[in-house]
Amino acid sequence: MTILLQAVGLVKQYPEVRAVDGVSFDVEAGSCYGLLGPNGAGKTTTMEMLEGLIRPDAGEIRYRGRPVDERFKHEIGIQFQHTALQEKQTVREALEMFAAFYERNADIGELIRLCHLGEFVDRDSGKLSGGQRQRLLLAIALVNDPALVFLDEPTTGLDPQSRRNFWSLIEDIKQAGKTVLLTTHYMEEAYRLCDRIAIVDHGRILIEGEPDRLLRAHFPSTIIRLPLSAIDAALELPDDIRVIEGRYELFTDDVSGSIERLEGLGASLSDCQISAPTLEDLFLKLTGHALRK
Amino acid sequence: MNFSPVRLLAVLKARLREFYRDTASWAWNLLMPVLILLGFAFIFSGDEEPMFRLALLGDAETVELPLLREDFVRLVEVAPQDREQAVVKVRRHQYDLLLDVSASPPRYWVNRLSERGRVLERLLLASAAPADSAGFRRAEVAGRDIRYVDWVMPGVLAMNMMFSCLWGVGWVVVRYRKNGVLRRLQATPLTPFEFLSAQVLARLVIVSFVTTAVFIGAWLMIGFVMRGSWWLLALVFFAGALCLTSLGLIVATRLKTEEVADGLLNLMSWPMMIFSGVWFSMETAHPVAQALSSAMPLTWLVDAARSIMLDGAGWSGVVIQIASLAGLALLMLLVSARLFRWS
Repeated sequence: MTILLQAVGLVKQYPEVRAVDGVSFDVEAGSCYGLLGPNGAGKTTTMEMLEGLIRPDAGEIRYRGRPVDERFKHEIGIQFQHTALQEKQTVREALEMFAAFYERNADIGELIRLCHLGEFVDRDSGKLSGGQRQRLLLAIALVNDPALVFLDEPTTGLDPQSRRNFWSLIEDIKQAGKTVLLTTHYMEEAYRLCDRIAIVDHGRILIEGEPDRLLRAHFPSTIIRLPLSAIDAALELPDDIRVIEGRYELFTDDVSGSIERLEGLGASLSDCQISAPTLEDLFLKLTGHALRK
Repeated sequence: MNFSPVRLLAVLKARLREFYRDTASWAWNLLMPVLILLGFAFIFSGDEEPMFRLALLGDAETVELPLLREDFVRLVEVAPQDREQAVVKVRRHQYDLLLDVSASPPRYWVNRLSERGRVLERLLLASAAPADSAGFRRAEVAGRDIRYVDWVMPGVLAMNMMFSCLWGVGWVVVRYRKNGVLRRLQATPLTPFEFLSAQVLARLVIVSFVTTAVFIGAWLMIGFVMRGSWWLLALVFFAGALCLTSLGLIVATRLKTEEVADGLLNLMSWPMMIFSGVWFSMETAHPVAQALSSAMPLTWLVDAARSIMLDGAGWSGVVIQIASLAGLALLMLLVSARLFRWS
């Protein structure tokens, strides 16, 4: 596969904090790459350096094998986490204004269809719901038919239904052959959309790879969870049954054997949960704290 | 330079749309100056002044003129260096007569188009002893009556323009920076030069429209004196708008909150509103205030507009003000382009 974007040893130091501390990764053309981490981990700063909005203190950014230059802005589309549009313009007018900034344009009608903007295309862009607004911002990010799309926390603040709808849109963009780089603190989002992820905390990448492979490498296939009240507190428990985040957790590849062991300890299984480990579990294991503090 | 007129036009269109669709904003822009002018026209429509205003050069005690002690005559003492200005005021009907008793023989100026002036002249000659009256030297000027509302009109137009230019660029761009509009634009190929040019052009279009509309509205409702060239007046207002917009642009270059921008814009606009001779003449003000006034772009604009409208000044009478406004505008545009930051 071709490497489209490379971050090499990126560093950003602010007066009181080293926001990004030597971040390196490669993004393959046509893939979706996710930076996963809690708020303040350095994801957005890393994105802004890659987008060319802020200058790294050290490190290099390469696009199609070459250092980024002025042309780079014509090749990329960006959806910001916090942004506003000029007031008093309709959705269509906003799209047309942004389209005028670029040499190459996507078909506006096609964008309206792709991002489901049709029902409010003539409405004031300042009077949209959260989901509608995010779809417009995504359409603006795609207005120049970019090869690479940056999505910074694209679904933060959306209700679960809108979030799922938005995921479908991003999957459509991937289908269209575009490369996507997204940041998120929703592990489900990263797991569903990303071909590769990097888990970031305190400005560093803790681990990087394909989500499934990372999970397989770090965990047995199943987690059994029990409330604290399910086991007599006076009992001495085996080492593999641990108290994490206010409940018992047992990682295992042998579910029925583990259930028998728990019954042998007199545990009440009525509130028992059996599930596959998630990226949230991986983050917790790597950092000792939850993804959403 | 990487310049695209298409990008500039796209931002210009968006900014103009933002203005004309904001009904409350432009209605206020149009209505406020007209309301101010109507207010002044109403306030100064009463006639509670003494019957005659006589400007006097020299010591009243040196001449035997009972007229000068009459209740129906208001005496305004004029310093020798202000004589020319007092003659202009006779021409504008602000004084009914100017009498110079320091000259030998005494001399007076009267406006032949002023009925009150001619009556006061008769009273003056009648009041003097026959030998003295024959010795008065007479000078005649001509000019239509100038009401306060005529005098204040150029200032109100310029002041409205100043607020529109300063807030319409300075405050708006700072708001764009705070709410993330600039950050979004920074991510596109749009250059700062294109963005700033679009803001300046949009403001010039808006100010031209509003000023013209206010001018026509005030003309129809109140009527006022316009003795000079319309084209020259338009050029003066254009240079003024460019200069004041550039001043707004300086505020817009880096500030990040509207509150700070508001404070700075108030700090700029209030001294100009007070010291630029919008409401009252600075001729008799303290020398420090006069020096301050003469350094203000709003003063240059008001002086030039007033000269054209009230005195019919031509190109040579306002070229210094136009050049000063344009020069300062150029300087501030260059400084803003250099200082500007998207975030």
